[in-house]
Amino acid sequence: MTWSAPAWLWSWFIDPLAHGFMQRGLVVAVLVGAVCALLSCYLVLKGWALMGDAVSHAVLPGIVIAHVIQIPLAIGAFAAGLGCAIATGYIKSNSRIKEDAVMGIVFSGLFALGLVLFVKVETDQHLNHILFGNMLGVQWPDVLEAALIAVPAIVIVIAKRRDLLLYCFDPTHARAIGLPVGTLHFGLLTLLALTIVASLKAVGIILVIAMLIAPGAIGYLLTKRFDAMLAIAAAAAIGSSVVGTILSFHIDGATGPTIVVVQSALFVLAVMIKRGGRSANA
Amino acid sequence: MMRDRPTPSIEVNDITVSYSNGVAAVRNATFELGPSTICALVGINGSGKSTLFKTIMGFLTPSAGSVRIAGLPVKAALRQGLVAYVPQSEEVDWNFPVLVEDVVMMGRYGHMNVLRIPAKADRAAVDQALDRVGMSEYRTRQIGELSGGQKKRVFLARALAQGSEIVLLDEPFTGVDVKTESAIIDLLRAMRDEGRLMFVSTHNLGSVPDFCDQVVLFNRTVLAYGPTATTFTEANLAQAFGGLLRHVRLSGPDLHDDADQRRVTVLTDDERPLVLYGERDQEKHVNPDRSETP
Ligand SMILES: Nc1ncnc2c1ncn2[C@@H]1O[C@H](COP(=O)(O)OP(=O)(O)OP(=O)(O)O)[C@@H](O)[C@H]1O
Ligand SMILES: [Mg+2]
Repeated sequence: MTWSAPAWLWSWFIDPLAHGFMQRGLVVAVLVGAVCALLSCYLVLKGWALMGDAVSHAVLPGIVIAHVIQIPLAIGAFAAGLGCAIATGYIKSNSRIKEDAVMGIVFSGLFALGLVLFVKVETDQHLNHILFGNMLGVQWPDVLEAALIAVPAIVIVIAKRRDLLLYCFDPTHARAIGLPVGTLHFGLLTLLALTIVASLKAVGIILVIAMLIAPGAIGYLLTKRFDAMLAIAAAAAIGSSVVGTILSFHIDGATGPTIVVVQSALFVLAVMIKRGGRSANA
Repeated sequence: MMRDRPTPSIEVNDITVSYSNGVAAVRNATFELGPSTICALVGINGSGKSTLFKTIMGFLTPSAGSVRIAGLPVKAALRQGLVAYVPQSEEVDWNFPVLVEDVVMMGRYGHMNVLRIPAKADRAAVDQALDRVGMSEYRTRQIGELSGGQKKRVFLARALAQGSEIVLLDEPFTGVDVKTESAIIDLLRAMRDEGRLMFVSTHNLGSVPDFCDQVVLFNRTVLAYGPTATTFTEANLAQAFGGLLRHVRLSGPDLHDDADQRRVTVLTDDERPLVLYGERDQEKHVNPDRSETP
């Protein structure tokens, strides 16, 4: 009996999904991948790649404190992440220090505080899971929580994509035509913090940084149109999530990191396509 | 188009504007402009022209005095899309994945629903604006893939597409060629004839009498303002510019208005010179024809 390639591929993809943990992992990976991809386009364009880094690191003390005062971890994480973003903006506009330096100070400070607190306070959380996620360990309520954040965030970003783009591209014009630039600014930061919270259980606060940069960078490389950039970023991220999740099952590897590796490979591929295209044009 | 829209006007009421380093860039400036006007804002480098524009746009807040646009506070006027503004230099990232036509479409956002889905009228306005600045053939270029003057024209097109009653242009003629300059001037005239108010800062003294009905001479404060014919005089300009004007006086028999065939040719390497002709203190603006040397 000969197996045709598609059938073999089909079972390679489908068979792992017989397991419930794989189904949950895949759903959460696609959700997280999609929302991170859309936001990554704005972060890459606005030069805010470090902001994703900052906000996600800053989430750690929020989680520990939320545990101590017994509120949902997601709320603590969100408050800490947004607080970090706002503090960064405040210090930047009230000093001559450049934004990247401010972010470096604020987020590493908060991250260190989080580590100190984490060691001090007994929690039922594994530091490893907070840092790198536990994609295949998520339960349906976790999936639901991620979906409740990610789906509205995706809808808002898509609906408001033009205003957000104008705000990133030319805030002066945005103000001149009476757009609420303050709302757009904090809206973007809020979406960022929410996205990181939604991704927490699945990919953790370190790996989410990659997912908040790579897809946007891939889209940026491959097109000159913004709508196309969003589409490419989302496709690359969702594709990586599916392939990475399934691949991790077969190679028995950690799922979050596998997804990030696939995304990074796509990024390298995009760079090579771009280089190839350029030398062909020249 | 202009019906049941407010009558365009700018009222600047005794404003003082300081930067955070304590520089008072504008002091006690007062003037008022009305509809169907092209007004020039003339002053030396650092006289506060851009500062004045930014204050009118509400980007800077005056420490004293007030600005009203069409009788409204600035914020309300902006929210109604009454004002288009083209800054002296665009501080944008030229590598953004936006095309020329996308940028011009951004001028139409105030006319669209919350999802910013362009309607037929929006596309038509973009086509027309691009056509008017002669950039139609570049419409699908990425915005960074243009020359400096072409970029300037795209942002002018965006202001046009906005269709506002009031247009502020901060030095629109620097870095654009003569052809584009006269196209822009024609455009400004057409917009004035539709009842709009255009406020244009410029160093290009020669073209001011050509197309501006009003002038504001500015150096930290309003030195003089009013109709071009009575305000744009040598005495007022000398006050505005101090000794900084390039002064070429051609006097004597060469300029007599008779059968003499000799002509005066003034060549400058950048801006058009202002040419005044007549008896002392009764000089009139002369419009040298713009023919280029062969
Ligand atoms: N951001 C700033 N901070 C402090 N001072 C400033 C700032 N921008 C401008 N100034 C000062 O304010 C004054 C007016 O500047 P402005 O840019 O309004 O001049 P301008 O008339 O537009 O000049 P130009 O013809 O060169 O465009 C100048 O003395 C300038 O040094
Ligand atoms: Mg200026």
